[in-house]
Amino acid sequence: MALLDYFTRKKEKQVTTASKAKERLQIIVAHERNSRNKQPDYLPQLTEDILQVLRKYIKVSDESFSINLDKKDGDLNVLELNIELHDEHSTD
Amino acid sequence: MARIIVVTSGKGGVGKTTSSAAIGLGLALKGNKVVLIDFDIGLRNLDLIMGCERRVVYDFVNVINGEATLNQALIKDKRVSSLSILPASQTRDKDALNKENVGKVLEDLGKLYDYIICDSPAGIEAGAMMALYYADEAIVTTNPEVSSVRDSDRILGMLASRSRRAELGLDPIKEHLLLTRYSPKRVEEGEMLSVEDVEDILSIPLLGVIPESQAVLKASNAGEPVILDTESDAGKAYQDVVDRLLGETVDFRFLVAEKKGIFSRMFGG
Repeated sequence: MALLDYFTRKKEKQVTTASKAKERLQIIVAHERNSRNKQPDYLPQLTEDILQVLRKYIKVSDESFSINLDKKDGDLNVLELNIELHDEHSTD
Repeated sequence: MARIIVVTSGKGGVGKTTSSAAIGLGLALKGNKVVLIDFDIGLRNLDLIMGCERRVVYDFVNVINGEATLNQALIKDKRVSSLSILPASQTRDKDALNKENVGKVLEDLGKLYDYIICDSPAGIEAGAMMALYYADEAIVTTNPEVSSVRDSDRILGMLASRSRRAELGLDPIKEHLLLTRYSPKRVEEGEMLSVEDVEDILSIPLLGVIPESQAVLKASNAGEPVILDTESDAGKAYQDVVDRLLGETVDFRFLVAEKKGIFSRMFGG
């Protein structure tokens, strides 16, 4: 029987489960990457503006400042600002 | 400076601990000073895979709490003297670890060792985050299977955003793909994602492909990392991984199924 199978085996490729898996993964992974990288368009400008306001009052170097928009579980977004304050608070 | 390498995956049961043990022992056999750290607090298993479970006295959390010194907690491997294991605690909860105290331990270990291999717990909770936080490189262990690939991608996102390197804006963690439990035969039959498929989806450089092998279970049974089974395909594949980590260019093996002879093809088998 194996001999018969060998000669009668259809040569054309069927859609394999592996190719289905690949296709599904490509879609879901692209989707998930997109949602985790998505930074709103206004973020760079917002960062600039916040820095300007802060610098009216305190010294803030670019390194001691970070801004992050995080998507938490569900619909909750958290805007996180991290500002390192140094000893001298005064502006000159 | 020691190279800090995290062995991670997101999904459980894909071979993180098996890989940590094999790679750590392999690096040590090549003359490097290596320490293996089990980050799976509460579910330690690296000690079993390494065959030193009866020699655990103090653990990672004891060191962090100042109840033991690093020297007291480190277990020297009986096969290779340049290899040590820092076991996880079996009883304490995961909250024992934080960035500061883990950072301190890694800093101390960095003075003594060339390689620090962090065996991550599964998941994306605090323990897994701690294991990857200080990493310079990550070995993303993946099975050619949908849920494992998806979870690996999730972990790649974490490596890029939650690590120390990401937070400080340093060079990103160097990512390596380690494909485990690979069955060339099933790939040829269209039942399993191929190496190329997984590379396409995750788009990170391939470090190694470990074939599905009976040798892995036998190695775990005996507490002898599978790289010591130099006759087995899995052992050889891990040896290639170690050589690549050390900068050698090694061809990938075990990617195609062994061809059946004409007789077994004709008469079935």
